[in-house]
Amino acid sequence: MNLDIRLPIGMMFTLFGVILAAFGLLGNQQIYQRSLGININFGWGLVMIVFGVFMLFLGLRKPAKPTAPK
Amino acid sequence: MNLTALTAIDWVIMFLYFAFVLGIGVFLKKYMKTSTDFFLAGRALPAWVCGLAFMAANLGAVEVIGMGASGAKYGIATCHFYWIGAIPAMVFVGLFMMPFYYGSRARSVPEFLRLRFDEKTRGFNAFSFAVMTILSSGISMYAMAKLIQVLHILDVPLAKLGLPLSYTFHVSVIVSALIVLGYVFLGGLTSAIYNEVLQFFLIVAGFLPLVFLGLKNVGGWSGLKTQLPTAFTHSWQGMTNVHNNPLGVEWFGLVMGLGFTLSFGYWCTNFLVVQRAMAAGSMTDARRTPLIAALPKMVFPALVILPGMIALALPTPRQAITVNVNGVQQVMKVNTAGQGLIPVKIDVATGKQAVDSEGKPVLDYDLAIPNMLLHYFPTGILGLGLTALLASFMSGMAGNVTAFNTVWTYDIYQAYIHKGAPDKHYLHMGQFATVFGVALSIVAAYAANHYNNLMDFLQLVFAVVNAPLFATFLLGMFWKRTTGHGAFAGLATGTTAALMHLGLTLPHGDVVGMKGGWLGAVLHTYPSEMAQNFWTAIFAFMICFVITIGVSLATKPREDKELVGLVYSLTEKPNEGHLAWYARPVFLGVVVLVLATVLNLIFR
Repeated sequence: MNLDIRLPIGMMFTLFGVILAAFGLLGNQQIYQRSLGININFGWGLVMIVFGVFMLFLGLRKPAKPTAPK
Repeated sequence: MNLTALTAIDWVIMFLYFAFVLGIGVFLKKYMKTSTDFFLAGRALPAWVCGLAFMAANLGAVEVIGMGASGAKYGIATCHFYWIGAIPAMVFVGLFMMPFYYGSRARSVPEFLRLRFDEKTRGFNAFSFAVMTILSSGISMYAMAKLIQVLHILDVPLAKLGLPLSYTFHVSVIVSALIVLGYVFLGGLTSAIYNEVLQFFLIVAGFLPLVFLGLKNVGGWSGLKTQLPTAFTHSWQGMTNVHNNPLGVEWFGLVMGLGFTLSFGYWCTNFLVVQRAMAAGSMTDARRTPLIAALPKMVFPALVILPGMIALALPTPRQAITVNVNGVQQVMKVNTAGQGLIPVKIDVATGKQAVDSEGKPVLDYDLAIPNMLLHYFPTGILGLGLTALLASFMSGMAGNVTAFNTVWTYDIYQAYIHKGAPDKHYLHMGQFATVFGVALSIVAAYAANHYNNLMDFLQLVFAVVNAPLFATFLLGMFWKRTTGHGAFAGLATGTTAALMHLGLTLPHGDVVGMKGGWLGAVLHTYPSEMAQNFWTAIFAFMICFVITIGVSLATKPREDKELVGLVYSLTEKPNEGHLAWYARPVFLGVVVLVLATVLNLIFR
């Protein structure tokens, strides 16, 4: 197929990660009482950025290998 | 009930997800040139994509919510649905059955039955399957709308639009139907599969932090163990006797009923999952698909069952939480009755707490996972968690819709209504079938809302249709003497046997009705609904097996040359000699089985 699914996955996760991390960094810090005092938005946002960038890297490195002909 | 404190950021995440989902459909539109592109993703997808979709297609929200609920109700014994009830069957379908499904070039499971047996066996399977997909997709839509209602997700937006709260159900059903319709109509199976892969990663992203926070709160796995009864953290304890374990089944019923007949009947013959493997680019990839799916499947209990167990273990009553909704401070109501985060079920008719036959309050286990999300997630990541939940509802629907449009077009429309049209005609029919499949699902969703029994009815249909199926496929693929008349007679009597068994038995504590006993006499009372369901499957399988053999021996067999590629003994074994040993499906299958055994031993 002509769309490598890793690209949209990578884009979405990077985007979500950036949104969450930015919100965690700049937003209200009082809301983290629920998450045991952990700034889960910032922390998990970073994890999602790493995963998203990794997916983008895999998708962009070279076009998806055509499956071996049978 | 809890008030969901969504802010702008949560909505942004939700809308971005919908934009991605529809965007994938729009992008794929131009590649939908033939019916094979639309119904089988052009048979060109890599194994890992098909594998994750194979797993995620089954991971609808009914499954996510249901597994969390069972985790809270039965504890770790729920893992049997994964480790016993899925893994062995997934390995079997990959190693032994995929060569026939993929090798025969059948475009659907009913079409395989047509090639192997005859027209009537295909018709039987195609019609019953089409009805089941529509009902399941409708139920999925209904469950989603109900959840949105219970969590009050749409309260604020509806208020802003000046609409009454009763619109929540309509808005949820229509919006989810339109999104699913949009991306399946545009991109066919490819679109559905891609979105299932997206959903898979999203569920992991949404639930992993939940498990992390939950476990941290209860003091890790060892902390959880001290706060739950021992039977909740040992999956095999008490399995020698039906009365000693929370499931109410003994090991034989569990292994034969769930692990063999039901599980193999589902994973090996249900077109909803098999279609994902048929979309793979090569035979080796098609065989790897279920095996790759089995790897995440094994560890998924940690994401879907564990949160349910944690929800039960948390202390009650909890502190009230103050949240800020659009600038107004509101105090979230705390459940006054219940256990952990799980509230007591409220009877819809009376508005009072529901009680069981012994007068004890009934817990609303289905709220285990949603309440966990609300309890631990602040705004921001809450949007992510809810999006993951919505994604699983929608891909559960989309999976059923894609299976429906294929079976409708190839096995009903092309077979009985309009043969021999150009391929383009069937492509358009598929798109049209997507529209009316979704329309029928909406009808089913409203029916479910109207008749409380529809969910029970669906389970009954599943139990009856699914139970004998594996006997037919097993004999068809591994015994060349099996005939079409034999298969049809076996299926018909097996299904009837399942109906009779359900009609003559009753689970403990249930009244005569949809749950059983409607044939007038109750010959046996099972300790639980699960036990009844397992034994229904065992009986139906045995009857189907015996009748198929009997009738086959009495009827004329087909010639060997017609069965090449359809029966094990007459089919060339897939040649995988060119692959390194570690890349061969057999090796992967062995790894999966060893890991599953290890998990069972650790959590015995």
